[in-house]
Amino acid sequence: MMALPRYLNILRAQMRISATTAMQYRFDFVLKGILALFWLAVSLVPLLVVFSRRPMLAGWTFPESLVVLGWFSLLKSILDGGVTPSLTSVVEGVRSGAFDFVLLKPADSQFLVSTARFDPWRILDLLGAVAIIVYAFGRLGRAPAPLHILIALALLFVSIAILYSFWILVVCASFWAVRVDNLTYLFGSLFDVGRWPVDVFRSAVLRVIFTAVFPIALMTTYPARALLGSLTTQTLGAVFLGGALIIASSRLVWLRAIRAYTSASS
Amino acid sequence: MIRHILRAYPTLLRVGLAELIAYRTEFLIWIFTTTMPFVNMALWTAVAADGPVGRFGAREFVTYFLGTFVTRIITGSWVVWELTMDIRQGALGARLLRPLHPLISYSAQHLAAVPLRALIVTPLLFLLSWLLGQHLNFTDPARLAILFAAFAGAWWLFFFTMVIIGTLALFVDSALSIFDLWLGIHSILSGYLVPLELMPPWVARIAQHLPFRYIMGYPVETLVGLNDIHSALIDLGIQWLYVAGFGLAALSLWRLGIKRFAAFGG
Repeated sequence: MMALPRYLNILRAQMRISATTAMQYRFDFVLKGILALFWLAVSLVPLLVVFSRRPMLAGWTFPESLVVLGWFSLLKSILDGGVTPSLTSVVEGVRSGAFDFVLLKPADSQFLVSTARFDPWRILDLLGAVAIIVYAFGRLGRAPAPLHILIALALLFVSIAILYSFWILVVCASFWAVRVDNLTYLFGSLFDVGRWPVDVFRSAVLRVIFTAVFPIALMTTYPARALLGSLTTQTLGAVFLGGALIIASSRLVWLRAIRAYTSASS
Repeated sequence: MIRHILRAYPTLLRVGLAELIAYRTEFLIWIFTTTMPFVNMALWTAVAADGPVGRFGAREFVTYFLGTFVTRIITGSWVVWELTMDIRQGALGARLLRPLHPLISYSAQHLAAVPLRALIVTPLLFLLSWLLGQHLNFTDPARLAILFAAFAGAWWLFFFTMVIIGTLALFVDSALSIFDLWLGIHSILSGYLVPLELMPPWVARIAQHLPFRYIMGYPVETLVGLNDIHSALIDLGIQWLYVAGFGLAALSLWRLGIKRFAAFGG
């Protein structure tokens, strides 16, 4: 544990660099922030249209579905702000050969690439998502219990860890097949499934896929259920176990993959 | 001049096709990232499980969103990214040296992808015609002709829109952000996310007259038989008026902007 303060220092330095870089593009910051809020509004449209026609959707009311959508946006903003930028730049680095310099640095390579870049303007996105959730609970006329918030936050932590692990696997794939950048788009478009409660999918096969294989239900529907107070403790246990498994295996794959890495020029 | 273009065009198309085949995996992955229609299909069939919405039952929703997928794939291109990149990196200079208007070579390059795109969606077209059954006579030559013209019109309208926004990169830095904004508005007002007739009446009425619908909603309605021949024909006229208008606008904007490109390099 001697290494911990050192790694915290590195993290602080990396974050400062990201923040300074972002500050150079002030106009961009505002523009991207506005665009993020705009897309948040666009994502509300199908939900508004559905509920202008129906009081319930697959057993979910309007405010309850809003909680799911809000949680989806929250998770997406964290992913797009803290995870995706760093890992897209590794894929670029592998292609250009700049990744070699990361390997030469005297710190854990996975830590270095994972903290290389942050997008601070995603904060606006995050605030928008929180506003949606708060509004939804306002409509419900109650606040979530503190315990339920804690469970939801724990689930958020597990979801980010799982998404991060998936990303690490994608990056590892780039050591062998260099062009994987559109794999990341595929990933993003699959992620869109999480906008709505998983009960919307009427086929049982799809529901199993989105719960166990690509566990998007676990990342948005379950936390929303936790906030609403309708999640059982058994499911919670299973979620944590599954999450821990995925994280551990992605670390193992990274350690193996890094040994197999041959530079772009060799 | 025209003879000159006509002689060069087949070769340009062949080059475009060869480029596409060289990047076939990428091309396929791009197509797989179009998941939004299917996510919306799941959402709306869940809604229709409790009874039809307007004239949309479960079957109508399935055919409609299959239609949006088919239309998106056939009429899509990516010229805005290419154009902004060429402008920013200066590759446009090489294109300007050729004895052919760059917009013509761009259009050939992207038109070359259409047969392949159509080939990919052919199985879906069979599925569509089976689902539509006796509701739509696919073999009616008049409807087929209109459908074909509607797809062509949608392709050119989308292409010219992208050229206009891409050309803006000669004037401002944030052309791609403008395109992002356009995409968001488009997804709501074109009928891509929600069939326009299910939108609030005042939105539907406004959207009826805007160009967005002629890129997506109108070809889809014609494909799945939501409109009668008479109104399909009138809409076709409006669509091609928009194509002509947008084409002229693209050309004039190009002429204005290209002077600034010279200023960049000189």
